[in-house]
Amino acid sequence: MPPATNDASGDGSFSVRLEPFEGPLDLLLFLVRKNELDIYDIPIARVTKQYLEYIDLIRTLNLDQAGDFLAMAATLVHIKSRMLLPEPAGPEEEAEDPRQEIIQPLLEYARLKEAAALLEKRHLLDRDVFTRDFVSDELFDPEEEELVRVSLFDLLSAFKEVIAHSTGKVLLALDRFECTLEEKVSDILERLGRSRNLLFTELFTDLHRRELVVTFLAILELLKLNLIQVVQPAQGGIMRVYLVTQPSPAYGSDDNTT
Amino acid sequence: MTTQLKAIIECLLYLAEEPLPVKRLRETIPGAETREIVSAVEELQQDYESESRGMELREVAGGYQLRSRPEFKDYIKRFRRVEPSRLSRAAMETLAIIAYKQPILKSEVERLRGVEVGGILRTLMEKGLIRVVGRKNLPGRPIIYGTTKKFLGVFELKDLSELPTLEEFTQITGETLHAYREDS
Repeated sequence: MPPATNDASGDGSFSVRLEPFEGPLDLLLFLVRKNELDIYDIPIARVTKQYLEYIDLIRTLNLDQAGDFLAMAATLVHIKSRMLLPEPAGPEEEAEDPRQEIIQPLLEYARLKEAAALLEKRHLLDRDVFTRDFVSDELFDPEEEELVRVSLFDLLSAFKEVIAHSTGKVLLALDRFECTLEEKVSDILERLGRSRNLLFTELFTDLHRRELVVTFLAILELLKLNLIQVVQPAQGGIMRVYLVTQPSPAYGSDDNTT
Repeated sequence: MTTQLKAIIECLLYLAEEPLPVKRLRETIPGAETREIVSAVEELQQDYESESRGMELREVAGGYQLRSRPEFKDYIKRFRRVEPSRLSRAAMETLAIIAYKQPILKSEVERLRGVEVGGILRTLMEKGLIRVVGRKNLPGRPIIYGTTKKFLGVFELKDLSELPTLEEFTQITGETLHAYREDS
């Protein structure tokens, strides 16, 4: 996909369809290629003219981006003016080609673009090749994995997830049913008493938004009372809630529980 | 032993979530020496190859991993019902710069691309492809970036040395420049 196409019509004006260039070097490289120029011997006057025509367009279309392009325009104009100066008369001293200032970055950029294209062509994981999809719940083995108590921050971000995934069953305000914190606390304890442990998210399934908050507060309360603990694998992953009265799995370094 | 060793390794590779390094295999299979493991892996690799199976055994990110054959990608996409996330051209260029020039400062990346890259660096960090490797002893202690192990895994590279060196791209002339604009 060429970034832009244009035709120089008879009167030298451009009709241009512009797609975004990645930056000034990208535009410059495009002009070099479009005109089939030798990168080491760029006709600076011609390229500068075309470059300026493009940035006029970019400026009208997108002011934000124009800044990046203007600095290069200044460089080009500067090179052009230096090329107009007569060669220094000194016999031994060969004057450096003013165009070096853009040749080097341009070459380097061209090389990196090629490198990027090669990377892009590799067999990318999850695009071209795939591995097994591990939803490690069933592989979860508390005996094997190092578990850590989660911090308040972890809890909060897990709760944020819960809210984000709650289907937003907005309970009508006329429903006066409210579940109190105490009810929720004993509800959680009861559920934990029945099963060995629960997923953090399980405590929130099928709840109304308001109840979500009460449930979260209940969890915090139970943690404070040291009746439950919430752990997860050290490298992050699924959070589980355990009753403290039960022999809990060994966990490693723990920090602030609440 | 070799036949069994091969089977054991296959089984472990099937169950592994991450690329398995030889070291890990050696720790897991008592009595097996590195040399035996490597040759068993190679044989297994050939088996997968010659029997034209659905999976292939690749050496990536310092370990071995079973991966689906690239030619089956469309079936997998239909099966998993997800559209894989893609990297934009700008992100790809930025990633290439970091991969080739690391350790590198943000300002150097910007000099090479000629544009601001703050947002792209954030995206690449979020995707776990690049990381902060340190800070340079300069005013403002600027952050130094490098690629991650995940980068190697995603791009099917054994290690960074598998990337062609930038010097191999130096024979670029106006002509080749023109040629690759054609296919981009």
